[in-house]
Amino acid sequence: MARTIVITSGKGGVGKTTTAAAMAMGLAQRGQRTAVIDFDVGLRNLDLIMGCERRVVYDFANVINGEANLNQALIRDKRCEHLSILPASQTRDKEALTQEGVGQVLDELGKTYDYIVCDSPAGIEHGAVMAMFFADDAVVVTNPEVSSVRDSDRMLGILASKSRRALENDEPIREFLLLTRYSPERVARGEMLGVEDVQEILSLNLLSVIPESMAVLNASNAGNPVILDHESDAGQAYADMVARYLGEERPMHFLEPERKGLFSRFFRG
Amino acid sequence: MGLLDYLRSPGGAGKGSASVAKERLQILVAHDRAARDRPSYLPRLQQEILAVIRKYVEVDNDAVSVHYEQEDRHEILELNIVLPDPESRA
Ligand SMILES: Nc1ncnc2c1ncn2[C@@H]1O[C@H](COP(=O)(O)OP(=O)(O)OP(=O)(O)O)[C@@H](O)[C@H]1O
Ligand SMILES: [Mg+2]
Repeated sequence: MARTIVITSGKGGVGKTTTAAAMAMGLAQRGQRTAVIDFDVGLRNLDLIMGCERRVVYDFANVINGEANLNQALIRDKRCEHLSILPASQTRDKEALTQEGVGQVLDELGKTYDYIVCDSPAGIEHGAVMAMFFADDAVVVTNPEVSSVRDSDRMLGILASKSRRALENDEPIREFLLLTRYSPERVARGEMLGVEDVQEILSLNLLSVIPESMAVLNASNAGNPVILDHESDAGQAYADMVARYLGEERPMHFLEPERKGLFSRFFRG
Repeated sequence: MGLLDYLRSPGGAGKGSASVAKERLQILVAHDRAARDRPSYLPRLQQEILAVIRKYVEVDNDAVSVHYEQEDRHEILELNIVLPDPESRA
């Protein structure tokens, strides 16, 4: 049986798709058979971040509507054999994903994959509910900023009341916090909520702290999940995330402001 | 913290805007959490009870408070109605 992981946040633009791409690639590179699904109907983006936008033929809604079978719609990643991508449809019909249809696709994927990563759209509407409904685990992506933290907490409420596990009184979804776009310098200056502040409010199991990083933009420009950029801070922070998710213990990195000497400025450009 | 930062920060020494954010969030999140476990009919129930009481006694708008709690196997709905002092009623 596969484990289904939802990448969720409530608030938009906090880094869900960046995270879904990185986590899926990270799991696959560790030999886990992984499928990553874009639930953002009408605003397909995961294919771009994964760099496979030109190979999209069929999408998630086509599979649900019986217009294509799953294998026709899945895109096999060229960098990593264990990874497949299921793109979102570009239809304007927000109800394209039915609960029954989504459940069937997840069941079928579960036969051949170890992990299914679901990239949720923003908001708390139908698409976001579909993305989290069947989840076993949830990664709550949060920026150190008031509206994002508040929305994350609301999302936790929805996971605890509207998910399949909640409705069937099954064991609750395992919830993890991923703090992204973190700037240790601004935290040190008292301008930004620190990791302890956010932890105190949300009290979740912290998977990683992803620093605000140029590497993320570079990665999305190139269509390479940032975790493949091993030299970068964000890439390493995502690698830590995957390792911790799989149960490895690692110290937290990138929490302290970097001492920017002339030397490091010169070499890092 | 530089002198400029010190002058700019709203709370004065050692208090950047982050600590204000944290305080606001703590209150907001506690409020959100209390609200989301409550049935959505509570505000109307509160208004209707108030209207019924007012048929008989003159009371303030905030005379009725509704407290809802969920325990493992049951819910508690606690109504608190404050009637005016007998003297002021006379
Ligand atoms: N750690 C980071 N450092 C710098 N920029 C980042 C970081 N994480 C995400 N971004 C940028 O933030 C923007 C939004 O990221 P992303 O698309 O992953 O968010 P999202 O939560 O999926 O958004 P939506 O809610 O619209 O689906 C992108 O431009 C991305 O490059
Ligand atoms: Mg997205």
